Amino acid sequence: MLLTVKNLHAQVADEIDKPILKGLNLDIKPGEVHAIMGPNGAGKSTLSSVLAGREDYEITDGTVEFSGDDLLALSPEERARKGVFLAFQYPVEIPGVSNKLFMQTAVNAIREENGLPALDMFDFDRYAQSKIDLLKMPKDLLDRSVNVGFSGGEKKRNDIFQMALLEPKLCILDETDSGLDIDAMKVVANGVNSLRSPDRSFIVVTHYQRLLDYIKPDFVHVLFDGKIIQSGGFELVHALEEKGYDDMIQAHQQLQHNQK
Amino acid sequence: MSETTQYQEINDLLSKNSSYKEGFFTQTIVDTFAKGLNEEVVRAISAKKNEPEWMLDFRLKAFAHWKTLEEPHWAKANYDAIDYQDYSYYSAPECNSCSSDCPSGNKGLSMEMDPEVAKAFASLGVPIYGEDSAEKANIAVDAIFDSVSVSTTKRAELEKLGIIFCSFSEAVHDYPELVQKYLGTVVPYHDNFFAALNSAVASDGTFVYIPEDVRSPIDLSTYFRINEAKTGQFERTILIADKNSYVSYLEGCSAPVRDSYQLHAAVVEVIVHENAEVKYSTVQNWYPGDEDCEGGILNFVTKRGICEGAHAKLSWTQAETGSAITWKYPSCILKGDYSIGEFYSVALTNRRQQADTGTKMIHIGKNTRSTIISKGLSAGKSDNTYRGLVRILPSAEGARNFTQCDSMLIGDQCGAHTFPYIEVENATAKMEHEATTSRIGEDQLFYCQQRGISEQDAISMIVNGFCKEVFSELPLEFAQEAEELLAISLEGSVG
Repeated sequence: MLLTVKNLHAQVADEIDKPILKGLNLDIKPGEVHAIMGPNGAGKSTLSSVLAGREDYEITDGTVEFSGDDLLALSPEERARKGVFLAFQYPVEIPGVSNKLFMQTAVNAIREENGLPALDMFDFDRYAQSKIDLLKMPKDLLDRSVNVGFSGGEKKRNDIFQMALLEPKLCILDETDSGLDIDAMKVVANGVNSLRSPDRSFIVVTHYQRLLDYIKPDFVHVLFDGKIIQSGGFELVHALEEKGYDDMIQAHQQLQHNQK
Repeated sequence: MSETTQYQEINDLLSKNSSYKEGFFTQTIVDTFAKGLNEEVVRAISAKKNEPEWMLDFRLKAFAHWKTLEEPHWAKANYDAIDYQDYSYYSAPECNSCSSDCPSGNKGLSMEMDPEVAKAFASLGVPIYGEDSAEKANIAVDAIFDSVSVSTTKRAELEKLGIIFCSFSEAVHDYPELVQKYLGTVVPYHDNFFAALNSAVASDGTFVYIPEDVRSPIDLSTYFRINEAKTGQFERTILIADKNSYVSYLEGCSAPVRDSYQLHAAVVEVIVHENAEVKYSTVQNWYPGDEDCEGGILNFVTKRGICEGAHAKLSWTQAETGSAITWKYPSCILKGDYSIGEFYSVALTNRRQQADTGTKMIHIGKNTRSTIISKGLSAGKSDNTYRGLVRILPSAEGARNFTQCDSMLIGDQCGAHTFPYIEVENATAKMEHEATTSRIGEDQLFYCQQRGISEQDAISMIVNGFCKEVFSELPLEFAQEAEELLAISLEGSVG
């Protein structure tokens, strides 16, 4: 198992008594692609942030194991170095810092973790160009400041490019498709598909089914009120497409009611 | 010594500036100081250096004036009044006792260098034996240890081109006409409190003269080291670039960790003649003191240059990372038509450091241009202030200024302040002023961390990105040194 999430409870750090995740369970094996869907406010982005180690959240119960490590005990950069990658819903701008410097620093931090020698400027350039060609990214990508002056779509593409460079074990895409037009979405989907491999897993968090039509996940989970209320295969995407979340949520609430 | 009256009018013009008058030209009479620093001490310093009469006169005049001045406290920095009697005004490595019967200590070059001093400079990475590694080091160095210059390298090589590069004390002996012609012309002894103090007790410094039509083939540099506890360093640097000449001059400084405040009050005068260009770069890394900045260097510096002739160009670049308190405004007087003044600055404060720094651009000549790029970084509980004056005089037809002041806050307990003064007396002037304030955001740090970059590396990467425009003005090795300094100075600034 690559990732095991057990009974995860989390809340915003300074908002006690407002739990967001309320006992979430999730198992992911190497090579699997899992989609997490759900209505607004279900806790989708919280799950992404908690897995990546954002400080704004407090874990009140539960465990997360990643490749045998207690993920929750690690700092965000340690998680990144061990292979957890988060593609941001809103990639951050860093003025004055070139993508090249940013990514060379990141790649070398991860290489160091893996006991590999650092790449110098020339080696890195060659490596980066190979990824640019693979993902058909614009040639000047490396020379621009990190995300500064990028359109929404370009920022997301840049995140996918970073993902390709860092070769993570677990890629979390946090509503990467939000605000993207169909062409940009295809680029993102192509990126993800070209990075799929037997030892790389994905969590694709999304509100809409459209991205999933291109990515074709192995498993689909519906998140509601801080828990996964239904899991299934790709067919679940189409069920949602036809009926929306409401039917599923009502059925879930009815079930809970009956249990009580 | 004879006052050079041609500059008098400029100084008068400067002193008319009401906003700054309070600061640079305080007139109130205060109690005079006793002991520690008195006329005898001034005479003793002069005697120690075997100085000619005119130099002693200059000192005494300055000292008499200094006694009438009050320590300025208008800068946005809090510090207790300094006890000037509590400092030593002369210290030299070859004789610490410093009694007046010491053999003449001014011939810094001819004496054997104390091996410990040599070691100190070696560990600072300062190439004081220029001849040994002549091929490697493409730079000439004047190394100043407390009050004296201990070594000046590559002089012979430079002499062939007619370039004078020596310690100030030597210049007083060997080039008295030049020194008398320029000393106190850009920064007169009565300019301000610290300039007066410096003029009275000036220890050593560097003297540079680039003759007409000569481009200095190598960078010239001075490395200042304050070593003795409770010592003040009062170097006096004069740099003259004659017609059609060019020089790039670098300055570095450091001091050991001490538990009491050390005083540093330097004066730098730069004279740029017609068509000449001077690049003056400083990386200031004086000891900032402990966590509360107790025992750091108090850095009160007057740097000013004049673009005397047409098409002259003076450019100040500074990276200020040290000192408990910095009070420093490298300025340009743009007298020649079409002359250009530039000021590029990165000032970083951390812990409880306080910096009040900026520039003055005085436009006198026609079509003069000035550029100011200031990057202030505040971290910890520090305060960082940009204070700048752009003055366009009625004669400055078609003058232009571009000013950009960017501040960056790191953490939530620091302060950034900007006090731009703009005074325009000629309607043809074009002025541009841009200012931004930003903060290194949690979001940026998290983004970097999520890519495997540690918080510390992320901060220095963002900070260096912020400072890029200024660092690109520094000579290459200096830029690298400045970047490293920033990283060190920022250690532990967050969390």
